[in-house]
Amino acid sequence: MSNIPVDLKYVKTHEWARLNDDGSVTVGISDNAQEQLGDMVFVELPEIGQEVTAAEASAVVESVKAASDVYAPLSGEVVEVNEALADSPETVNQDAYGEGWLFRIQPAAAAELEELMDAEAYELFLASEAH
Amino acid sequence: MGNKTPLYDEHVAAGGKLVDFAGWDMPINYGSQIEEHHNVRNGAGMFDVSHMTVVDLTGVRVGDYLRYLLANNVDRLKDSGKALYSCMLNESGGVIDDLIVYYLRDDFYRMVVNAGTHDKDLAWLDQQAAAFSVKVQERPELAMIAIQGPEARARVLAVLGPEARAVAEPLKPFFGAFAEGDWFIARTGYTGEDGFEIVLPAADAAAFWQQLKAAGVRPTGLGARDTLRLEAGMNLYGSDMDETTTPLESALAWTVAWDPQDRDFIGRQALEQQREQGAGHKLVGLLLEDKGVLRNHQKVVVENNGEGEITSGSFSPTLQRAIAFARVPRETGASCKVEIRGRLLSARVVKPPFVRNGKAQIDL
Repeated sequence: MSNIPVDLKYVKTHEWARLNDDGSVTVGISDNAQEQLGDMVFVELPEIGQEVTAAEASAVVESVKAASDVYAPLSGEVVEVNEALADSPETVNQDAYGEGWLFRIQPAAAAELEELMDAEAYELFLASEAH
Repeated sequence: MGNKTPLYDEHVAAGGKLVDFAGWDMPINYGSQIEEHHNVRNGAGMFDVSHMTVVDLTGVRVGDYLRYLLANNVDRLKDSGKALYSCMLNESGGVIDDLIVYYLRDDFYRMVVNAGTHDKDLAWLDQQAAAFSVKVQERPELAMIAIQGPEARARVLAVLGPEARAVAEPLKPFFGAFAEGDWFIARTGYTGEDGFEIVLPAADAAAFWQQLKAAGVRPTGLGARDTLRLEAGMNLYGSDMDETTTPLESALAWTVAWDPQDRDFIGRQALEQQREQGAGHKLVGLLLEDKGVLRNHQKVVVENNGEGEITSGSFSPTLQRAIAFARVPRETGASCKVEIRGRLLSARVVKPPFVRNGKAQIDL
C-alpha cells in the first residue's frame, strides 16, 4: 500500500501539494507515482520566476524506464526549485514527500488548493485506477 | 494474461513487477532495476529467459542448410559446442532475426532465437528446411536461465551436481555442452560479463532457480537486461535492426561472412550490392554530453548531413551518463545533436561497447 500523508493535497496526475506557512506551495510526486516510475535518473525542473498553469506540464522526471511530465497542481509563479535533485534524482524514490520535493510556487489563487483531493480522496482514486 | 514461463511463480514470490513482453508475463524488475544492474556488474544476477525459443536442427544436410540460411558461416564452427552469433536475412538483406547457433555434431545444431519473432522465425526455418531435409524441432518444454556477472561462474559451479559441474567447468567462452537430464550449459550471455546460459527441462527450473538464489545469485529483471546489453554494445532485435534494415546499417557487418565468395546465402546479393554502393546509414554509439536521458526514437541532427534516430537509448547505470545506439547518415563525424523536448543537446559519437567486464570502455 502506498504512503499517502494526510496533510497534503493531491491531483489525479499523481502530484502532491503542501501549503507552507508563508502561503507558498511545495510540489512533488506521490509515493505511488515514484514507485510506478521506478529508479529516477534525471529531473528537469522549471526556472525560478516561471509562471506555471494548473494541469500543465511544468517539470519532467525521468526514470531509467521512461520520461514523465509533472503537472502543476495549481497555477502560480515558481519561487524555488530543488537543485539537489540534479546530483541525486534518486531522492525522489527515497523520500517522495520530503527531500524529494520538486519545486515551490507562489499560488495565483490560494483557493485553488481547496479544490484538490485530500488523502482519502486520492486513496480512493488510486484504488479505482488499479481496477 | 499472457504466457507464463516455468519460473512465473518464482517471480511473483520474489516481488517481480510483471509486464507483457512479446506475449509473455515477464518480470521487468524485482524492486530496483538499477540495483539489479549494478549487481550483475559486481556480483551475480540471474534472468529467466525461458520465453526465448530453442530450436534443434537435425539431418545429414543441416550444415548446408545453415550455410544457406545464415549471413554468418557455420563453417567457422570447428569444435563441438562452439557458438556463433548470426543474422538470418530475407532476400533483400533485411534482418528477420538475430540468433545464436551451437554446433554439436555434423548432423545436429541447436539455435536460440528471440521470443518476439517466434512465429515468423519458425515459419521461415521450416520453409527453408524442406530443400535440405532438415528436421526443425522447437523445444518449448525447456526453460532457460542466464546467470551473469563476475561471480556468476563460481556460484553456478558451486550449485551444480558433480556431473554437470564437470561439463560446465572446462567450458571456454562461447562454448556449450550437454549434461545429463537434457541440460545444456553454455558460457554465453547478453550482458558483457562472464557467466552461463543454461537450458534445462521446465520441471527442473524452479528448484535450480531456488538453489541459485540460496547461493547468492539475485533475480534480475528484463529492465536491467536491456541496460546491461546496451552498455555491452549488443543490438536488440526490433529496436536496433529489423526487416527494413541490413546488418551493414546495423553495426553488424562483422557478423557477415563474405568468404568463401561462392557461398550462397539468403540476402547475399542484396548485401553485396549495398556494400558496393555504400550503405546510406550506419549504427553508432552516442554519449550525451549535456544533461538528460537518451530515449528510443529521439531525433538525431547531424550538421550539414541530415538526420538520424536513436534506436536504443537509456541512462547507463555503470557510467552514470545517457548512452544510445543511433542510426545516422554515413557521413556523420565525431559529434551530433539530439532533440529532447524541443531542445538540441550535444552528443559524442563513440564506438561501442560502452562497458565490458565491469569497466568503462569509452572516455567520459
